[in-house]
This record gives sequence, structure tokens and C-alpha cells, in this order.
Amino acid sequence: MSILVNKSTKVITQGFTGAQGTFHTEQALAYGTHMVGGVTPGKGGSVHLGLPVFDTVAQARAATGAEASVIYVPPAGAADAILEAIAAGIPLIVCITEGIPVQDMVRVRAALEQSGSLLIGPNCPGIITPDECKIGIMPGPIHRRGHVGIVSRSGTLTYEAVAQTTAIGQGQSTCVGIGGDPVKGMDFTDVLARMIEDPDTHSIVMIGEIGGTSEIDGAELIRASGTHKPVVGFIAGATAPPGRRMGHAGAVITGGHETASAKIEALREAGIHIAPSPAELGTTLARVLG
Amino acid sequence: MNIHEYQAKALLRSYGMPVPEGHAATTAEEAAAAAGALGAPVTVVKAQIHAGGRGAGHFAGKPEGKGGVRLARTPAEVTEAASAMLGQVLVTKQTGPAGRVVRTLYVESGCDIARELYFSMLVDRVTGRVVIVASPDGGMEIEEVAARTPERIFKEYIDPAKGLCDYQSRELAVRLGLKGREIRAFQAVVRAAYTAFTSLDAAIVEVNPLVVTGAGDLLALDAKMSFDENALYRHPEIAKLRDEHEEDPREREAAEYGLAYVGLDGNIGCMVNGAGLAMATMDIIKMEGEEPANFLDVGGGASKERVAAAFRILIGDPKVRGILVNIFGGIMRCDVIAEAIIAASHETGLNVPLVVRLAGTNVDRGKALLAESGLTIIPADDLGDAARKIVAAVRNAGA
Repeated sequence: MSILVNKSTKVITQGFTGAQGTFHTEQALAYGTHMVGGVTPGKGGSVHLGLPVFDTVAQARAATGAEASVIYVPPAGAADAILEAIAAGIPLIVCITEGIPVQDMVRVRAALEQSGSLLIGPNCPGIITPDECKIGIMPGPIHRRGHVGIVSRSGTLTYEAVAQTTAIGQGQSTCVGIGGDPVKGMDFTDVLARMIEDPDTHSIVMIGEIGGTSEIDGAELIRASGTHKPVVGFIAGATAPPGRRMGHAGAVITGGHETASAKIEALREAGIHIAPSPAELGTTLARVLG
Repeated sequence: MNIHEYQAKALLRSYGMPVPEGHAATTAEEAAAAAGALGAPVTVVKAQIHAGGRGAGHFAGKPEGKGGVRLARTPAEVTEAASAMLGQVLVTKQTGPAGRVVRTLYVESGCDIARELYFSMLVDRVTGRVVIVASPDGGMEIEEVAARTPERIFKEYIDPAKGLCDYQSRELAVRLGLKGREIRAFQAVVRAAYTAFTSLDAAIVEVNPLVVTGAGDLLALDAKMSFDENALYRHPEIAKLRDEHEEDPREREAAEYGLAYVGLDGNIGCMVNGAGLAMATMDIIKMEGEEPANFLDVGGGASKERVAAAFRILIGDPKVRGILVNIFGGIMRCDVIAEAIIAASHETGLNVPLVVRLAGTNVDRGKALLAESGLTIIPADDLGDAARKIVAAVRNAGA
């Protein structure tokens, strides 16, 4: 078991024949992800990496029964690519693209709410269930099959959490990078609710950062769920000055409740074990697991 | 990207926002001529910098003197106010102690103020919708109103499928206590702001105060706009409004190489891949007792050129007494990073301690390259080890 994806999940790539789409689809195939095709408008009917290429997502879904789509389309066309996947009824959409205009994402969010699709990202590393399905840009070899669920707004900080949990002899059930943009698809609450329900996830690491309040909502969900699964948390950006955007479009403090310290306090009150430093994500989890 | 008040007012006016008559000026003579052309009984001379709190601020060296917004009744007073501000450093609550040099003034007709309201528009991240924020308490900082009297802040969310509905504006107007023709005037203000906001990919439109004049008209007395950097590619006319004087030169150089950089006040420079890991690296430096000199995310696919540029910026910062490189290679291969670090160290004549932590793809090859390079690079195994080593190295070098 795992959340959202497993070894039978059929995946297509949007932006398939571009440099990014090609490279990461090759990596996904090497990892064992069940890739079934891809979409590049104008190249329908051809074969790329041994897989069929389609002009539209609707054609790809009809022909392959794809259940997930990963998007490597450049920012100017990425929101439209997400809307196309929603319209085609793709259940799980993962958008890796960084730099999508916020107001494009406002339209996407509205369309998502009227649909049955789930979106991970944009501006995220993607999702992986180790040894089963890798959708995104994370390095496969650092992962190990296990029972820690990891959810994070950051890419490389997620890898840090993966490496540290692997180093203490644990492995991961599913890792989800929800992305660093202010308007996005799934948030902490959406992922945490599934991890709490997932019998294969025995503990959770959640990694947030400054800006917004979604970590606080996630903490509230954990508290209200009454789950006995241990949760370790870390919030990046304690040293970030207010009002300055720290790389991620969404990492900016615009109010007192968006600071690292306010979020850490909320997480602690919800019974989450706070890692004192980003180097102690693994050791904190080891201590909690006993 | 931020723009000046005078630029925001010109843009908003073109979308139908009522704003007072005014002209920008870069010399005292231009300011006097602008005031003459306005022919108003009272003229307001406003310093143009990208920071709020101008009226309550002061000029460097004159902590008791007047601020950056001054009233003038005669041409002589306009000249005097302009001469006192142009070329001087204005310090406000938002500029920090360094302040900003005033290079441009905005000379505007004064108006008769009956009430001051607050009005803004931005994208709300929780709902993912454009939200209108309004308050009857204009002229104050909205954060203060939010902290003291949150019940006096009103919000209306705009459904992107329907767009702005005028009834939402009228409902807000009534809650603000507007009456009679003021209600339709407010509706026009919101319509203008929303059209500008969505047409130009704005990140924020803020009018504070939005005044009701004695005659019952609405006027945007101050205006602030900023824009979504990710959407500037489709608004070249907005990109041209960038004022490089208002930006940190290090941040500007970084942006040219596609690096996300924010200058800070500490002495340990950091170069990291990924925004979250970059923030975490800053945090752990502080936990070890020193302060980071910067935030720097080299991005996922950093080239040798990018890494070299990042190094130049770090080494060019006179405050930097040590450098911590923290790379978790995913797409980015550690051997490529190692080669770039070695080349950049030679090219820039590295003269401060350098700690490098590499992890991820091709890490062994990367570490071997650094060890064989002949450079005095201090290798680190993990994030905690890296932070302790750079702090120790900087303290030893300083002792």
C-alpha cells in the first residue's frame, strides 16, 4: 500500500519530447514507473523512448488508460497543460514546472475544484513510492522502501529528509513534494489526511517553510485526527527577513502567523515533534520511534 | 517587481481609476514648473522610493526634520521642498537605517479630504482567488488595523469563472459606510483596479488612502503596485518600469544568471541548490552561532557559468568571511558541481575558508575531484557537519 501512486499506476508525460520530458521519462522508465506514453502537440503518431506520442491528452488517455500525467511544459504553456489534463479526466496530475504566473494558477484552481482530478505542484519535485513508481525529478537511488511518509514544500530539503530517514535504517512509504508556489494543487492537509489513513505509513515527516499558513492547517488536521502515528516537523526560514521572497514564489512572510516561529509553535501544540535543526530530521524520528 | 507611486497612478488612471492631477520631476526646476502647470492652491511634493512610510520618515542626518511628503502653497515652497529632498537619503520604517536616495519627485494637486479608506487587491493563497480588501480605517498600515481591529477589515473574493461582479463592490461600499453617489464611485474604483490587476498580472494593487473628498468624489491619494515576476515576459511595457536604483546590485547580478539571491547582514556566504534547503542552510548557520550573509539558490540545473557567477557574488561581498556550499544533487550531478567549484575558486582567487558538502548523484566522484584539486577545501559529510566546520573555520580565521 501507499498513497496516490503504486506500481500499476499508468503514467503519461506532457511535454514528452522536450529535453526535460525526455530526460525524466528515461529516468522514470529506468526506475520502473509504468510509463504508457506521452503528449507533444504536432508529434502525434510517432514513437519516443519506445512509447507512443499523442497530440492531445484526451487521445492519450483514451488510448492508454493513463491514470496520471506528469507535466514538463515550460511556464508559459504549463497552466494550459494542467487544464488540458483536467479536461481529459486524468485522476492525478503532477506539474513540475517552476515559474507559472500566479493568475494562471487562479484559473487552474477554479477548474480543479469543479473536477475529480488531483494536482500535485506546480514547482515541485513530484511524488514517489519507492521501488514502485517515481513521477518527477527526485533522484531514485536515495529512496528505500519503508514506512515513513514524507510531505514537503521543498525539493532538495525533501531529499535531505529521505536521506536522513534512510540513514537511520528506515525507508519511505510515499514522498510528496507539494511545491513552493502560493497557489497550487494538493496542500499539507490533502496529503496528511491520506498518510494518516494509509496502513503502510507508520510515521510522517512534514517539512514546511515561511509564507502562508498551510502548515498550521496541516497541524490542526493531525491534532483533530487523533492519529497515533508519530509526526516529525521542520519549518525552514527562521532566519529569513520579513517581506523578502526566498526563492520560492510562496516563501515570503507577509504577516506574523506566516513566520517560522509561529508555525513551529502551532506544530508543537498539535503534538508534532519538531526537529531542532534540518540536520536532525532523521535522528528526531529515530528518537520518537524509540 | 515594484514600481513607483507615480508610475502606478499613471497605469491605474489609464484603467479608469480616479487619481489627482500630478507630474513627475527630477529637478527642483521641473518640480516648480509642474506645480505651476497644476495651478492648485495646495501642492503635495512626494519623494518617489520603493518603500512605504515616506510621510513619517526623515532624511539622513536630519532625524528631527520633515519627511518625504510635503505640502507647498507657493512656487517658492515647492522649490524649497524639492531641493531639500532630491539627491538626499530618505529613511522610513520600511527602508531600514540605510534609507534610499530620492531621485524623482511626484508633484500633485492637493485635495479636500473628508474620509480616508483603505483598498487593496491581491491573490489569496488559501482560496486561490483574487481578494478585495477594504477598511474604513484608511491612512494607517493595514497590518496595524488587522492586529487591533480585525473586524474593521472587509474582504470579497472573486470567482475567476464569473469575474468581478459589481454588486460585490456595492456591498463592500455599503459596509464601508459610503452613501449616495459614493457607492457607484467605489464600484468604478474596484472595476478599474480589477481590470488593471488582471490585465497586467499584478501581484498587488494597494490604494491607501482612498479618499472621499468634501464634494463626494473618490480619489486614489496614494497607490502601490507590484507585479508577478513570472508573468513579466508577457508585459514588456511593465518590465520597462523597473528602477534598478531601487534594487540591490548583488541581487541584480544574480538575477542575470538565473540565481535567486537575497542579501543579508551576516558573514557566512552560502550557495545551495533548492530554496527550502537554502533556507535550512541559513537556519543551521545561525543555530551554530553565526549569521548567514545571504540566501542563494543556484537552482536545479545549474551550469558551470552559473556556479562561477554565484561564487563571484559571494566573494565580492566584503562581509563574507567564509563560504558554505551545500548541494544535494538530483538532476544536478555532484561531479559537475565539483568541477564548477574548482574552476570558480581558481578564477575568483578564493581567499576565505570554503566548506563543501555534496550529497546525491555522483557524490563519490565529486568528492574525489575536490580532494585532488589541490585547493584548501574543507569537505563535510552532512548538513550539521558542514555548518559546524564553516563556523569553526571563520572563527579560527578571525582569531
